[in-house]
Amino acid sequence: MRKNPGIFLTLIIILAVVAAVFAYPKFLGANWLPWKLGLDLVGGSHLVYQIDLSQVGEIDKDSVVSGIRDVIEKRVNLFGVSEPQVFTAKSGADAQLVVELAGIKNITDAIKQIGETPQLDFREVEQNGSSTTFVPTNLTGRYVSGAQLTFDQTTGASQVAISFNDEGAKIFEEMTGRNVGKPIAIFLDNNLIEAPTVQQKISGGQAVITGSFSIAEARQLVERFNAGALPAPITLINQQTISPTLGADSLRKVIVAGAVGTFLVIVFMILYYGMFGVFASFALLIYIALTLGLFKLIPLFTMSLAGLAGFVLTIGMAVDANVLIFERIKEELKRGLSKIGAVEEGFRRAWPSIRDSNISTIITAIILYLFTSSFVKGFALTLLIGVLVSLFSAITTTRLFLRIFIGGDAKNKPSK
Amino acid sequence: MLNIIGKRNVYFTISAIAVGVAIAAIALFGFKEAVDFSGGTLWQFRVNVEKPVVSDIKKIFQADFAHEEVAINYDSQNNVFLARLKEINEVDHQRFLQILNGKFKGFQELSFQSIGPSIGGELRKNAVIAMILALIGISLYIAYAFRKASRPISSWKYGVVTLLTLFHDVAIPAGLLAFLGYKLNVEIDGNFVVALLVVVGFSVHDTIVVFDRIRENLILHRDKKKFSEIINESVNQTLARSINTSFTLILVLVSLYFVGPINLHYFILTLIVGVTTGIYSSIFIASPGLLVIGGKSAKG
Repeated sequence: MRKNPGIFLTLIIILAVVAAVFAYPKFLGANWLPWKLGLDLVGGSHLVYQIDLSQVGEIDKDSVVSGIRDVIEKRVNLFGVSEPQVFTAKSGADAQLVVELAGIKNITDAIKQIGETPQLDFREVEQNGSSTTFVPTNLTGRYVSGAQLTFDQTTGASQVAISFNDEGAKIFEEMTGRNVGKPIAIFLDNNLIEAPTVQQKISGGQAVITGSFSIAEARQLVERFNAGALPAPITLINQQTISPTLGADSLRKVIVAGAVGTFLVIVFMILYYGMFGVFASFALLIYIALTLGLFKLIPLFTMSLAGLAGFVLTIGMAVDANVLIFERIKEELKRGLSKIGAVEEGFRRAWPSIRDSNISTIITAIILYLFTSSFVKGFALTLLIGVLVSLFSAITTTRLFLRIFIGGDAKNKPSK
Repeated sequence: MLNIIGKRNVYFTISAIAVGVAIAAIALFGFKEAVDFSGGTLWQFRVNVEKPVVSDIKKIFQADFAHEEVAINYDSQNNVFLARLKEINEVDHQRFLQILNGKFKGFQELSFQSIGPSIGGELRKNAVIAMILALIGISLYIAYAFRKASRPISSWKYGVVTLLTLFHDVAIPAGLLAFLGYKLNVEIDGNFVVALLVVVGFSVHDTIVVFDRIRENLILHRDKKKFSEIINESVNQTLARSINTSFTLILVLVSLYFVGPINLHYFILTLIVGVTTGIYSSIFIASPGLLVIGGKSAKG
């Protein structure tokens, strides 16, 4: 680097330009790994469910929790939301399920469908004179392994064909065997759908619910059956919904604030440090481009409002190292060092304080990341990445600028 | 050259009063906890009427929704209502939405947040743990980083002074927020804790810059000058950079405060106050503090 500062600086600038094009949300950058924005920027819902594990044995807990996650994920995927997030979080002995739906329009329906399992059950019918009683059996939706939309061959009415798993098939076989010539009632969500009369014992675990469904109703039912039943009950304990209007407003405002802040920092640096300030400003712009590009490259990284705020803060911190270095260079110049000597000495002697102060911010960011919820994690992560990249940009980039421009200056006038 | 060491008692008194007032404010008013700590519902919406009156909206909540305990704030600048009530479930939420939609033309829901009380307790606990860990972690690091500066005062004392300074920097914005909570119903939420942690991480920057210079000057002049002289010179030599490093951050914070998103308003305010306090404390508290904590060995 000492020998060919020009080549290194050119490389960094090219990299920064590529990063800037990549990070810019329009043109090329829009097509290649588009930004994933958080709910607080695009609008959407953040739902937290408590999973009731009181009826679940200790060994089964993990499998029940992951089972619930799979079922909910399947249900959520039916909403057609882009990239829904479903993940589990443990807090103490309780398990929680977090569902994030970005840009969803009808949140009420979504909440309804997430929490509800179609409750299917078969009941035996007892006729006592004129009164009819339905006796619940243990054949329920739990044993349904799959469902399919079919149509009646003669009437064309939509039907739901369900298949039971092995256990369910056995129960169904016994039940139909017991009830030949008698009706069996099919209940859905506690409503009697139909009560067909059993013609013969049915083995193989296939049943058809005819009811009087519209095609859409039948299709929805099929989807819900296929998504499966929840192995344990869940309750919504926390929800946060942000309208797309508010999200877009926040995004616009934080970007404007970031731009204004950057501008003010640049003006200050140039007014106070002159030519040095110009170099620091270029380094700052390179920092912004590189960091934004880096954020986009992190897999699964979602940029939230807190994350953007954290990044804007690092813009104010990124020039700190430059301030420390420039002040030091001023001192070295006063002591009578040549310009080149002062620059090298300034960098060398400012380093311990730059290192120590940045490590303290890194400690804070790591603690924040480990001890907070998902919203704050974004802030902690952008702060951490920002501090690390700013160390590089303020030190390496600025040093290259100074070596090339001040160094060249000093060579021409070696006397001082 | 500023005689900071000589006038240290003046600065200590100013800080003692400020911290005392802050602690008194916290003790007296307490914090108004936002729904993410206390549990409850926070509802932001906009209505399209000529002169929105807070008491009208409040009446609707009380009469039509039968929700006696409701606090309504109105942000006239952005035409946003903020209702805070007990935790309501999704069914009630939808019912209220329909009623409000019927009553106001151009009713627009901006955000809805409903949190059960159990989550809040967890969050509060984590916030306290994070704060304590950050304070201890940074102080330990300072003690480690200044291990070579162990004469005339041992390096752990740098850590202790840092810890006291950080406490100072956190107490003042916290006191302000307690006061604002009392005066303007400003609530502290998870963001508030984040802001204090950032203040902790950042205000130590300036302190480190000064300590670093003391460390360097000690190596150069330990045997020629008095410790108090070295401290005073070090503070003065680094005055411009202490202020400038924080000033660039304040420039960014001020633009976030004035043109940034409304949801971050008090988050940013906490940061501005904390960072400004941090400038003061690194110059006027941390360095003279070294002399005081050093005791006889430092003065000799």
